[in-house]
Amino acid sequence: MKSLSRLLAITKKEVRQLRRDRLTFGMIVGIPVIQMLLFGYAINTDVRNLRTAVADQASTHLSRQFVAELRETQVVDIVEFVDSPATLDERLRTGDISVGVVIPADFDRRVIDPDRPAVHLLVDGSDPTIANIAIQLRNMPIRFDTSTAPSRATNIEVRPNYNPERRTPVNIIPGLMGIILTLTMMLFTAVAIVRERERGNLELLINTPVSSAELMVGKVLPYIVIGMIQLALILVVGDVLFQVPMRGSVLDLYLASGAFIAANLALGLVISTVARTQFQAMQMTFFVLMPSILLSGFVFPFDGMPKFAQYLGEILPVTHYIRLTRGIMLREAALIELYPELIALGIFTLIAMTLAALRFTKRLD
Amino acid sequence: MNSDYAIESRGLSKHFGTLKAVSELDLKVPRGQIYGFLGPNGSGKSTTIRMLCGLLTPTEGSATVLGTEIPGNSKLLKPKIGYMTQKFSLFGDMTVYENLQFIAEIYSYRRSGRTARIDELLEKYDLTAQTKQLAGTMSGGQKQRLALACSVLHHPELLLLDEPTSAVDPQSRRDFWANLFRLAEAGTTILVSTHYMDEAERCHRLAILDRGVKVADGTPQDLQSNTGMHIIEVTADDPYHAQEALDHADHIASVTQLGMRLRVLIPETVGDPVQVVTRLLEPHNVQADVRQTTASLEDVFVAVTMGPEEHAV
Repeated sequence: MKSLSRLLAITKKEVRQLRRDRLTFGMIVGIPVIQMLLFGYAINTDVRNLRTAVADQASTHLSRQFVAELRETQVVDIVEFVDSPATLDERLRTGDISVGVVIPADFDRRVIDPDRPAVHLLVDGSDPTIANIAIQLRNMPIRFDTSTAPSRATNIEVRPNYNPERRTPVNIIPGLMGIILTLTMMLFTAVAIVRERERGNLELLINTPVSSAELMVGKVLPYIVIGMIQLALILVVGDVLFQVPMRGSVLDLYLASGAFIAANLALGLVISTVARTQFQAMQMTFFVLMPSILLSGFVFPFDGMPKFAQYLGEILPVTHYIRLTRGIMLREAALIELYPELIALGIFTLIAMTLAALRFTKRLD
Repeated sequence: MNSDYAIESRGLSKHFGTLKAVSELDLKVPRGQIYGFLGPNGSGKSTTIRMLCGLLTPTEGSATVLGTEIPGNSKLLKPKIGYMTQKFSLFGDMTVYENLQFIAEIYSYRRSGRTARIDELLEKYDLTAQTKQLAGTMSGGQKQRLALACSVLHHPELLLLDEPTSAVDPQSRRDFWANLFRLAEAGTTILVSTHYMDEAERCHRLAILDRGVKVADGTPQDLQSNTGMHIIEVTADDPYHAQEALDHADHIASVTQLGMRLRVLIPETVGDPVQVVTRLLEPHNVQADVRQTTASLEDVFVAVTMGPEEHAV
């Protein structure tokens, strides 16, 4: 009973201080909204209008028809016709164009010869996205209204099941929720405790009857609520501005988020027991944040990463949370079907909490 | 367990790496008294206080604080002690009232008496006008009164004060000490560290610490009458030249200038100290009035912290 009232005293104090801390309060709302706007509008993996130059050495009816079809795909934007492949190389090197198309003089004969490529594509491989897209161009069927045209183009139709319009925000925002919560939850908890250490409050607190557990739980409670508020904010912005669907159950999403927030708060507590200054806490947060962005499947497809990177990714809570949010929001999966991810989050929280409790002693040495 | 001493330490030591912050400290602090820790910065005062309330684990030795063994379960000790940190450690972004309220909740002060206790403290420590002021915006003296009010809110038996007056003006210091005497009279044992001589003089007993070692302890009167030194006061028109004449001379343990006067310490083993000083000044043609006087606490401090190698014979 005394223990609970001490815990609530800590929580009450934390809320009181939070209300007066305008900057943190602003961050609670500001970080999710600004990140959503930035990522939602800026990240676009649909590649269009790559600057392209063409060296048409054949200059036949057939080659002109090919160029016209190329233009119609809208993937390339033909900005220039040059006379030699060497000029294309030069334009690529200077960055004027991203794709160069070489149509050899014997284009008409090559088209009907299955052993020789009809067209050469020179691609700026320094940008991985462009390289990938241009490689797709290779599969563009060259269909001509001549009867000689071979039917060697194998048309595989791809149907993006849960995002038929292929809008990037639909894929980005469920993952972005995880990144935003990782950043804010971890940072807020770590800083909240380290700040008290810096200001000397902790020396006073640990000399009172309050126990480590009461202190930690009491401090973390308000942030769980804040995390839930942020989640609501992200869902509303996602729906209003980007029409991100919410196909599964909102309750499931909140339950999954609860587990995820707990994992991040626990990690924040571990950081707070190591960091001596707020700046160090910040640095450590970013140390976790970078892999969270890169190795979680948020940016790169998880299955495409090397095994070692995948193992690292599996350790990060955000990896499991992104699977949960994409499942619930986009694929209409029930939380219970995604239970392995929940278990992973639970194990992470347990380990982090134990570590934090072991490291946080009510002593100064 | 109810001994006459609130604190008894035996060979208490704390090392940080190779630095011996506190070495084999034996202390006996009687109940209901104000016990002073006098020493320069870095002499181990804070480290000792932190060990006594369980914040630091001693490297060696042990202590009994209010019947609780240190090192040991300091949890039992927490409700019985009040601790005032050297740096202001209350919440600057909360009001005076909110801070007191928080402390009352943390110590589980009985709910029915809470408001009355807070009002009583506001009154006693002259903070009524600041009730709704944010603690961080108050003056040094006000902050210190709030810190003291918070540390005594739960009626602790023992109060540990770590340089409580280092950031306040002389008037606030006087008021602060008046409060301490009031608390001691009501039965609270107070351990207070300071580097002010006038504060040390007010303590019932005190220990002088130097580089982690206790070099003297006793009542201020005892210490003053047992310095082992003759205290000679030299009043000269030209104290600078007088000091030059005496510095590092035979038999002179130390010379300290205080305005136009010099305090000269000469070991008790030397006979006729006034004559010694007069003779030393003669060749330098310094006009001076030389007389023997009684030791002040500052003289005691100088005498005991000189270190054995500096004792002139």
